[in-house]
Amino acid sequence: MLALDHTAELEKAGANVSGKRSAALHLIRRYPLGAVGALIILFFVAVAVFAGVITAFDPLTTNSEAALARPGAEHLLGADFMGRDMFARIVYGARTSLMVSVGATALGCLGGVLIGLSSGFFGGWFDLIAQRFIDILQALPLLVLALVMAAALGPSLQNTIVAISIALIPNIARVIRSNTLSLRELPFVEAARAVGMSEIRIALTQVLPNTLAPLIVLATAQLGSAILVESSLAFLGLGVPEPHPSWGRMLSESAADYVRTAPWLVIFPGLAISAVVFGTNLLGDAIRDMLDPRQGT
Amino acid sequence: MTSQSAVDMADPTVDAPVLQVANLQTWFYTRAGLVKAVDGVSFSLARGETLAIVGESGCGKSVTSLSLMRLVADPPGRIVGGTVHLGDTDLLRLDEAAMRAVRGNRIAMIFQEPMTSLNPVMTIGRQISESVILHQRLSRAAALERTIEMLRLVGIPEPAQRVKEYPHLLSGGMRQRAMIAMALACNPEVLIADEPTSALDVTIQAQILEVIAKLRRELGTAVILITHDLGVVAETADRVIVMYAGRKVEEASTMDLFVRPMHPYTRGLINSIPRLSLMRGESQAAVTRLQEIPGMVPALSNLPEGCAFAPRCALASDTCRREYPPYEQKQPGQWAACWHSDQIERIDHD
Repeated sequence: MLALDHTAELEKAGANVSGKRSAALHLIRRYPLGAVGALIILFFVAVAVFAGVITAFDPLTTNSEAALARPGAEHLLGADFMGRDMFARIVYGARTSLMVSVGATALGCLGGVLIGLSSGFFGGWFDLIAQRFIDILQALPLLVLALVMAAALGPSLQNTIVAISIALIPNIARVIRSNTLSLRELPFVEAARAVGMSEIRIALTQVLPNTLAPLIVLATAQLGSAILVESSLAFLGLGVPEPHPSWGRMLSESAADYVRTAPWLVIFPGLAISAVVFGTNLLGDAIRDMLDPRQGT
Repeated sequence: MTSQSAVDMADPTVDAPVLQVANLQTWFYTRAGLVKAVDGVSFSLARGETLAIVGESGCGKSVTSLSLMRLVADPPGRIVGGTVHLGDTDLLRLDEAAMRAVRGNRIAMIFQEPMTSLNPVMTIGRQISESVILHQRLSRAAALERTIEMLRLVGIPEPAQRVKEYPHLLSGGMRQRAMIAMALACNPEVLIADEPTSALDVTIQAQILEVIAKLRRELGTAVILITHDLGVVAETADRVIVMYAGRKVEEASTMDLFVRPMHPYTRGLINSIPRLSLMRGESQAAVTRLQEIPGMVPALSNLPEGCAFAPRCALASDTCRREYPPYEQKQPGQWAACWHSDQIERIDHD
């Protein structure tokens, strides 16, 4: 007979979980990597929110005496060629990065859901036109599309958000549309019709809530891409302009000239970008596993 | 006698029917050709009455019910003719917005699949009250109260608790009860039950039928019961319509239909019910093979000339194959479309 520790198995499945706190603990134990991801993101959110408390330096003040200062007691992560404190710039840069990525993802989800839902649910000529529009957008890779949009809109914080959000739309619209296509054939949609609901009401109250799970998974995944795209745009000079400190621009300002003489100017912004993207990816994977237990381990 | 006059003569003892369907025609325009899924069906329904529509799969009974709700998918389906009078309103003449105000309010429907007919991400209470709010302009709290009352009425235990739960916590039978509660929440005049028990196991079937019968008595709702199960018909229906290949082939009170069916198809359906007394072997001589109707329902896109049932019928003659039989009264209160109703007894002895 197989020796099976029933209490341990039940524990693993979360049988005796009660209350919000122990439910959270259970989730952490079940998805440790996801918890690490969430922790990383929370850390950066806290950094962005409390930037003024964390560092006494102003990220924009130049100081020729400190130009290219090495990391040390005075400047924790050194200073750039204009003598701006790197630590302060990375801390304030978190604000820019998170603002752009969260803003662009939210806007992109809104657009993608609007297009995907209406095109999948109502079909017909609108679907045809919307899908060709999505095809055109999808012909370009995410970065190139954002590049084109940013170049067309001109550099500013808002425009960067809009440019990236447009680039995120095709993916989201596709997923929502295909989900909607299968959902609208389900009997509960017919039942809602038999109760006298209008088509728009059915789309919003019956179909949309059923697409939320894949949307959440997708949105977390896009959060990381948005940060990467923002950095790339900034690196190419098309991103968020001065005076907002941006990790991507910090890289581009120093990569060519100082990578040998002052490598900390490249390493620390690069680390910050990697860490945030890593965090969103870990969290995204965990959420996917949580919402779709058939997939993954 | 035409089908039109059959409607006029249907049971004169009751007052004005709640629902009167005349010469309903729902055709499908498909690649395989024109499919007359419902072709000239007429019937009427009195207040509090249960009318069963029976027939094999593909005979047009579900399309009939969807046509009454105006829920036939278009394309390919189209209601091309007839009238459906609910009270004084002809449902087929209403615009879509007016029809939406009727659906779920004056005429409601429950479906075959209780497992998937409820939205999985919405609580039971939310789903049922949604329909009440839609039609009765009640506040959320009042609608929820009405919902709880309805759930109690259909026999769901602890309704105040259940309204907060999601459908996956309910069994199939409980979900069908919830569907019935949703359908009846606005107190409709007509309830269409499209195979309400086919997806449930037998013990639950009886309970669901009992719930429907009880609510019909208490609320006075007229019920159209779509089914292929003659056992269900015998238990619940007052009157029966038998459909074959999109047409009504026989109509009678349930008693008459079972005692002396006038159409060979009806006879075949009744004979293909397994009889427990025979199977127990009370009399060895009486043990006979379960009878079946030979052949299959013809493709509706390619119906034979004359009677559609002729290719499967033991009584078929040349007349049958040449000309569609008139739909006429064979006995008081019993109509059928058959040339050879008088020879019906022959079937059992063949």
